[in-house]
Amino acid sequence: MTDTQEKRFTAYDIDGKEPIVKYRKISKSFGDNEVLKEIDFDLYPGERVAIIGPSGSGKTTMARLLMTLETPTAGTIEVDGRHLWHKEVNGKLVPADEKHLHEVRGDIGMVFQHFNLFPHMTIMRNLTEAPVKVLGLPKKEAEERAKEMLEKVGMSEKAKDYPASLSGGQQQRVAIARALVMRPKVMLFDEPTSALDPETVGEVLNVIKDIAKQGDMSMMLITHEMSFAREVADRVCFFDEGKIQEQGPPSEIFTNPETERLREFLKGFNVNGNGESQ
Amino acid sequence: MVWKWDFTFNEVIPRLLEVIEVTINATLGAFAFAVMVGLVLALLRRSDRKWISWPTYGFIEFIRLTPPLVQLFFIFFVFPHLFGLTLSPMVAGILGLGIHYSTYLSEVYRAGIESVPKGQWEAATALNFSPLQKWKSVILPQAIRPILPVMGNYLIVLFKETPLLSAIGLMELVGMAKGIGAETFRYTEPFTIVGILFLILSYSASLLVKRMELKLDLNRR
Ligand SMILES: Nc1ncnc2c1ncn2[C@@H]1O[C@H](COP(=O)(O)OP(=O)(O)OP(=O)(O)O)[C@@H](O)[C@H]1O
Ligand SMILES: [Mg+2]
Repeated sequence: MTDTQEKRFTAYDIDGKEPIVKYRKISKSFGDNEVLKEIDFDLYPGERVAIIGPSGSGKTTMARLLMTLETPTAGTIEVDGRHLWHKEVNGKLVPADEKHLHEVRGDIGMVFQHFNLFPHMTIMRNLTEAPVKVLGLPKKEAEERAKEMLEKVGMSEKAKDYPASLSGGQQQRVAIARALVMRPKVMLFDEPTSALDPETVGEVLNVIKDIAKQGDMSMMLITHEMSFAREVADRVCFFDEGKIQEQGPPSEIFTNPETERLREFLKGFNVNGNGESQ
Repeated sequence: MVWKWDFTFNEVIPRLLEVIEVTINATLGAFAFAVMVGLVLALLRRSDRKWISWPTYGFIEFIRLTPPLVQLFFIFFVFPHLFGLTLSPMVAGILGLGIHYSTYLSEVYRAGIESVPKGQWEAATALNFSPLQKWKSVILPQAIRPILPVMGNYLIVLFKETPLLSAIGLMELVGMAKGIGAETFRYTEPFTIVGILFLILSYSASLLVKRMELKLDLNRR
């Protein structure tokens, strides 16, 4: 890849870095409906990629394939040099079993549109259950980690409460903390604010911005918040009809969209030159 | 026929109270068995592997659709010939009623499991829980809470079915009442008192279930 291409590709400095996630010719169909069409996509360590596109373009499916919530119809995904959906047996790729998925999946974390907190556990337990059961941390250490993360998302006071007593924005902040305590290398956010009341969107976006600033984790942000994408992302990928139609640094994507589709799409958001949605 | 109070108090009530424990033990034993085996059946029934889920389904339907009395007779009278296994009436009773009710409870578990939203499974996968941990930490606790009242009702129904066990010679409440009747030729007092005892126990159990239901409703808010 030449220098000029890299510039166009992402604002992130990928010099000498190997992608942590590689999608290769990934296709996904639901019955006759081909949702993703031979997608090639790289995500670099520490890079933050915003994924935008119209409803039904395959954004969620793209993330769910990496989280192993959906099985690809064709193609491969590599995470940190290991195949996710395949195992190598005698030099041949065979479909992965649950044990293999379990090993590779640990690098990925995900925040869902509808939070999906565990309603029967306190906030603290929501954060410590997986570190204790999955990572095998001693309870004390898990609680230390949990407290630190709750602090980070501004939810320390609610540690003893149950999810049902929190607002949507608060629940989503807890859900973010719950994903973070697992210390994934890659975090997926699937429209983390689109189920929220308008008043609480800001608090969640701020938390995500804070995390993004720390910069050690790769992030894939599916969002309809264009100003947020512009502010946080190193790269914006525009999905339409199961393909990446256009991608580049936010400054390019929002000010000089190349394709007609993207121009049309951005019109719907009324994005001005600064990427501010109005 | 005149109601005899002294007979009631000096003979019927003491002798019935002596065996009330047998009825309660059989109920609790069979229910505990059904609660455990019912869960196992529900999980096997959900298996992706057809050679596991289909036979399980067949077994559940077969047991559910044949009379418990026939199953009890089979265990008590046929097992000794078939497996050389002679069981006491109590053990055979717990096994028979336990298996029968485990098939009902497996359906109840199934409903509970299906009531857990898909997002809960997905969050558990995203946190990399193993399948077993998923069930233990995330799915079962949520599946079981809403079905507790239904399970409580099955406990009461099971309790009322324990007189069947008198047919395989278990000296429980009804067996004892029949015995007293045969000895004294008086059936009114023993069966009236048996009825009242069942009523008292069922009714208090149903109050407990109601309370549990209310509490669960309150907690959900
Ligand atoms: N489990 C499923 N079964 C069948 N079709 C599905 C399933 N999941 C997604 N689809 C279809 O795949 C297509 C892409 O869905 P996807 O959720 O990836 O889109 P999206 O870009 O995230 O859209 P949105 O912006 O509305 O969230 C849609 O047409 C959807 O109906
Ligand atoms: Mg989506």
